Amino acid sequence: MTTLHEGSSMHAGPTTTGDSVLVARGLSKRFGGFMAVNNVDLSIRRGSIHALIGPNGAGKTTCFNLLTKTLSPTSGTIDFDGHDITQMRAADVARMGLVRSFQISATFPHMTALENVRVALQSSYGSTYRFWNSLKRVEPLNERAMHLLERVGLANMAKVEAADLSYGKKRALEIATTLAMEPKVMLLDEPTAGMGHEDIEPITELIRETAKGRTVVIVEHNLSIVATLCDRITVLQHGEVLTEGTYAEVSSDERVISAYMGGVDED
Amino acid sequence: MSKTSVIAIALLAVALVAPLFVYPVTLMTILCFIVFACSFNLLLGYTGLLCFGHAMFFGSAAYVAGWLMKTYGLTPEMGILAGGLFSAALGLLVGIIAVRKSGITFAMITFAIAQFVYFILLRSPFTGGEDGLQKIPREPVLGLIDVTRNFNYYYVVLAITVLAVFFFYRIVHSPFGEILKAIRDNDARVESLGMKPERYKLMALVLSAGLAGVAGAMKASVFQFATLTDVSFPISTEVIIMTLLGGLGTLFGPMVGAGFIIYLNEYLASFGEWALISQGIILLLVILFLRRGIVGEFNAWMKRRQAS
Ligand SMILES: Nc1ncnc2c1ncn2[C@@H]1O[C@H](COP(=O)(O)OP(=O)(O)OP(=O)(O)O)[C@@H](O)[C@H]1O
Ligand SMILES: [Mg+2]
Repeated sequence: MTTLHEGSSMHAGPTTTGDSVLVARGLSKRFGGFMAVNNVDLSIRRGSIHALIGPNGAGKTTCFNLLTKTLSPTSGTIDFDGHDITQMRAADVARMGLVRSFQISATFPHMTALENVRVALQSSYGSTYRFWNSLKRVEPLNERAMHLLERVGLANMAKVEAADLSYGKKRALEIATTLAMEPKVMLLDEPTAGMGHEDIEPITELIRETAKGRTVVIVEHNLSIVATLCDRITVLQHGEVLTEGTYAEVSSDERVISAYMGGVDED
Repeated sequence: MSKTSVIAIALLAVALVAPLFVYPVTLMTILCFIVFACSFNLLLGYTGLLCFGHAMFFGSAAYVAGWLMKTYGLTPEMGILAGGLFSAALGLLVGIIAVRKSGITFAMITFAIAQFVYFILLRSPFTGGEDGLQKIPREPVLGLIDVTRNFNYYYVVLAITVLAVFFFYRIVHSPFGEILKAIRDNDARVESLGMKPERYKLMALVLSAGLAGVAGAMKASVFQFATLTDVSFPISTEVIIMTLLGGLGTLFGPMVGAGFIIYLNEYLASFGEWALISQGIILLLVILFLRRGIVGEFNAWMKRRQAS
């Protein structure tokens, strides 16, 4: 079992930032007296699907918040695509291609599915302060928006307000919105949480398909999804990295098994 | 033709003949408050910002425009424009202080600044203190049209109102307006999609303050005086009630709300405190039974009917 710190001996090439698109060093976040994330080192390989797993409260979401600059770290540095983004703002980081989804569904409830996606397209095509233009100006984006909705199976719901979509469809809409940013790295926080079986399968397939040509970091409690989807897994516990490796490596690790004791198994 | 334009044309037709039946000053008051309510709606209904001191934009523009018209003999349309620009600038100032905050913090900051503005206007030499600014002249509009008669001036005020409402409509139906709605719905998500919500909020606040300024300056030219009442807290709450009663985030809601409340105020004027009490009761009824406001509930009812 290798931990991240020394890089993996199983892989021939050196683990420089050259083949890592996102690197965190010594990342910590303190809430009052409580260390939610404690000295975490993470290195996400370009093109991989990387899972962040761990028991409830392990600090996975906080890690996401730090990596995307939704929160500022107490200490540590973050490099994205060769740039130090530690001091940057979430909006600027997103523009550079590091885009996240949220654990709690984050759509724009009183806007239609099409408008939801179009907001992201407006952003990536250079958002505008032009309040004097008619909406006709953004209609050329509709085609691209429809294409994205099609990809997530929402083409026939383009005119439905997000609030009226089922839970699973909301999550799909979120992915379409995230994809509209054409992210280099997409961070998905429990994309299948609270979904019924019928929704999980297509979403997993969608993630697999959209991961082509980009990097995905995913927080996921469902270990069977992690097993089939992810190349690499980092296990967090009490805000610290417990171990990192492939699914086979991680799942046979004593410490991981005991961390998950009585917790989530293959469900 | 869209349903919106049909309603808009019908309303305009009513407005054109209304002064034959209703006292023009009452109608002009309604028009001023329609613009004011649109301005408030732009912030709360379309951006999700609750401004708790909107009277500062309304009232200070009334004073500034009144003072310019009185001192320099500005024509009404120029005075109203100046009032709008002044309040837009004030909005920029308020925005720089407040726009990074949201929810109750934003509301309290705007409230505090509004109190401060009230105090400044009370103490300024040009405002006439407790008496207010009296005898504001009405020069001929564009230097041509005599508007000393209220009946004539009504049509000028109507024209400006139509322009202002169209301006509001343009904003909320623009690409920019689409981002505003997204910010209202979920500003953290907007940030995560690469946009900086506070910049859009600042812009919205400037535009809204400018519209409120137009409304206030217009009112000063209608009544030919500006007083501390125009910058006072009751005006800030009245615009909230109008907007909620009519329907937050709807085009016609604030118009209905403004018309209703102003008419009620006029009707109850002779009953003293009853106007205030009735406003309280209306607010209560709206909160309990008409969460979407009159127009909002109507739209929802239409939507349900179409669905079934
Ligand atoms: N803003 C905050 N203020 C204080 N404590 C926080 C804050 N955010 C998270 N925490 C705490 O930090 C710890 C890690 O939370 P986090 O949400 O990162 O866990 P998680 O691994 O995502 O858990 P879950 O699987 O339940 O989503 C928890 O104990 C949580 O209570
Ligand atoms: Mg979490």
